[in-house]
Order: sequence, then C-alpha cells, then structure tokens
Amino acid sequence: MAELPIRSGDDVVRVRQQVRVTAAENGLSLVDQTKLVTAASELARNTLVHGGGGVAQVEALRSPNGRAGVRLRFTDEGPGIADIDLALRDGWSSGTGLGLGLSGSRRLVDEFELSSKPGEGTSVVVVKWSR
Amino acid sequence: MEQVPIVKIGQTLFVSIQVELEDQSVLRLQEDLADELATSGARGVIIDITAVEIVDSFIGRMLTMIGSISRLFDAETVIVGMRPAVAITLTELGLSLKGVRTALNAEKGLEILNGRP
Repeated sequence: MAELPIRSGDDVVRVRQQVRVTAAENGLSLVDQTKLVTAASELARNTLVHGGGGVAQVEALRSPNGRAGVRLRFTDEGPGIADIDLALRDGWSSGTGLGLGLSGSRRLVDEFELSSKPGEGTSVVVVKWSR
Repeated sequence: MEQVPIVKIGQTLFVSIQVELEDQSVLRLQEDLADELATSGARGVIIDITAVEIVDSFIGRMLTMIGSISRLFDAETVIVGMRPAVAITLTELGLSLKGVRTALNAEKGLEILNGRP
C-alpha cells in the first residue's frame, strides 16, 4: 500500500500518478484507469482545499473470487461536512466549483463511502474493480 | 508549477498541453491566454489536449472559462485531441464543456476557426 501526503497541488498530481500506476498494474482497462484517476483528482483536491490537507492511501485489492481492484482512501482532519446528503448532490458546492467533485467522483467508481463529523474531519473510501 | 507555452501563428493562438496539469498551471494558462488575446488581436485559440490523461471538474471548468474569456476578446476557442477515455469520463462526471467547440485534431480545429467546417 502506498501512502501519500496531500499538502499542495503538486501532491495532487503525485496522487494521480500513483493511482494510474496501481490501476494499470491491477488490470483496470484504460477507461476504468481514467475514471479512477479522475475521481482521485477530485477527492485529493477536496482533501487539500476543504480539508486543509491530509493523506491518500492507494491499495491493490483482490475480491474473494479473484477479481483485482484498487481501493483509495482520502483522510483529512479539516472542518468536516455538516450535511453529507447535501454535499453529495449534483451541483451543490461549498466554494466556487461546479459542485461535481463528490457527486461526480461517486459515479466514476464502483464503491463509495464517505464519513465525516463536523470538527473532526472527513474520510472518503472508493473502490474500482477490474471488469 | 509548469508553464504551458502559447504560440501565435497568423490569427490563431496554439496551446499544446504537454505537462501533467496542476491547478495552478491551469489558472496561469487562463491568465496568460487572456493577456495574449488582449494584446495580439488573435481571432482563435486552439487547445490541444492529446497528451492530457485526465480532465477533472476543475480542468473542465477552466477550459469552459477560457472559451468564455476568448469570446470577450472576439475570439473562438476549439479544444482538440480529446482521448476517448477522457470523453467517456467527462460525460459520466457530468461535464459537457458547454460553450467551447471541440474538434478531432488541430487541423480540423483550424478549419472551424477559418470557417470551412
């Protein structure tokens, strides 16, 4: 498992590169690699901009029936999300973006889990399986 | 932060993105292009994203904004060379790049700008 800090825009680029390598090594198709790297870019930016920085973990997975996949975990200790349902809605934005970061990245992956407590930070775990 | 070069040929500004796009580089490109449009009198912008592996919502929004900015300077922007995987991902993400034109490659992009599609 690789663990990468997210403290700057350069770190976001490094997270994307690591996710690309791990996704390719684990047999994800080019389209699925692109979807996962794009989701990683959205989530890493959220960690940086809204969470005040944090950590990304990139991990290869095997399902019980031998399918390969990649799990990403983004953790920050920022202000957290008060209304998770609202934050996951298309078009809702706390900043100047389009509000597609969370809702859009959820569509790009197979599994998506967000946990957050106001004042304690946010953690997002996503999984993409090879087809 | 890496700077994306802008090349003026005739009435057109060419931008070929060959670096891994960090948010600050995209913002810088937007400012550089606005400056160039204001001073050069260019009528068109071609942005080649052949080498770009992902377009996320931030980069997508910046491309759309570059299209809007160039219109304020009486110029049109054409995005060319989008990879198939990027097109599929952008659509699923919910981004349509409204307001910017796209073309398969730089040659077809130039045809659009020169008014012979």
